Amino acid sequence: MKQKISPSLDAVVADIPDGARIMFGGFGGAGFPNNLIQALSRKGIKEITAISNNCGTREGELGIMFKNGQVRHVIAAFPGPHSNYFQECYAKGEVTCELVPQGILCERMRAAAAGLLGFYTTVGVGTEVANGKEERVIDGKRCILEKPIHADFALIKAEKADELGNLTYRLAARNFNPIMAMAASTTIVEVDEIVPVGSIEPENVITPAIFVHRIVQAKGLRYAG
Amino acid sequence: MPDKPRLSREQIAQRAARELTDGAYVNLGWGIPNLIADYLPKGITVYFHSENGILGMGRRARPGEEDYDLVDAMKVPVTLIPGASFFNQADAHLMTRGGHLDVAVLGGFQVSEKGDLANWKIPGSKGIGNIGGAMDISAGAKNLIVCMEHNTKDSAPKIVKQCSYPLTGIGCVNTIITDLAVIDVTKSGLVLREVAPGWSPEEVQAQTEAKLQVRGRVPEINLG
Repeated sequence: MKQKISPSLDAVVADIPDGARIMFGGFGGAGFPNNLIQALSRKGIKEITAISNNCGTREGELGIMFKNGQVRHVIAAFPGPHSNYFQECYAKGEVTCELVPQGILCERMRAAAAGLLGFYTTVGVGTEVANGKEERVIDGKRCILEKPIHADFALIKAEKADELGNLTYRLAARNFNPIMAMAASTTIVEVDEIVPVGSIEPENVITPAIFVHRIVQAKGLRYAG
Repeated sequence: MPDKPRLSREQIAQRAARELTDGAYVNLGWGIPNLIADYLPKGITVYFHSENGILGMGRRARPGEEDYDLVDAMKVPVTLIPGASFFNQADAHLMTRGGHLDVAVLGGFQVSEKGDLANWKIPGSKGIGNIGGAMDISAGAKNLIVCMEHNTKDSAPKIVKQCSYPLTGIGCVNTIITDLAVIDVTKSGLVLREVAPGWSPEEVQAQTEAKLQVRGRVPEINLG
């Protein structure tokens, strides 16, 4: 069996290079790979492109990466009212940002995962989101072409992994995590618990092990607010 | 502006709640829409959808009951009702965009006479703005209700001929519920369905940039 379990948070992110495109799971305070984000920031990574629904909650979640000036470009749906450090970097021109409608962000990642080169959607037609995109009419409906979003790495959070990398998620902490797991070349998951192969019932697996490359166990880290 | 009482934010939510029917699948957005769950008519069950992957959200969690892996789109800890389910964010928006929900209720900065909606960015405000799920929801909603105040804090009309704020979606709004009126967006324009108690159609029109059509007697909003 391929060994996917990493001994430490620092070891599991050690080879992520400066300038990497990285997806970060999580929504509304739930399902963020906070320990991995801390480890990535601690290693002093620079110039990353971050793909994430939001841009942190003060120092929490992705906030630390903006505070430390480690992000060059971000693709997000909802930077968020408490993304202070992102807002500062953005105002100073240190970070560029592409805003993407949330469901389209999901589908663009799924397109990448599914080997599709794009899709047409009515979402964003006639808005700033459509700027620079091909527009056409299909079955009488105006629509725009959206292209896939790939990443070199996805950092995600799950509740449990078996030693093979099959994952389960807790409650609404699932959110973006299973999608990002499928869309990146290398997916790194932090979990509350690692269990032996066979102890997750096959019909309960949410993310199949084929999408998971590295596993690290870490105590849940959550930011208030 | 006439110094007459308008509906409170809670009363707008209360009126909007009466648009929901038993068994409906419903998404509620930020702001006034988020208050609607507290005013459901007695005896009906509504399955509230949250864009982070929940169908069947119940009331907000009480102190001591909070689980921060179970939050709504505003990060507020919530509960579930029997029959609830979880799914990922892509499937959550497949539901919004694909026309699977019965009703979506969003907040708004401006709505045009053609039913265009602007609700994600105020021109001149600092920062890049927040789209979130609003564009997916407005593009796919079978029935999109916008709840908002009729005028800005500076008394400018929010129901306009053409939106001057960045758009969320075009031709997507079905009904507007404000502190002064209930207005339907039809192919022939905006139709005034109800007015706030004590307000005449003419007085509501005076607070509105877009033309409101009046078809017969316009009843007052009934919150009962």
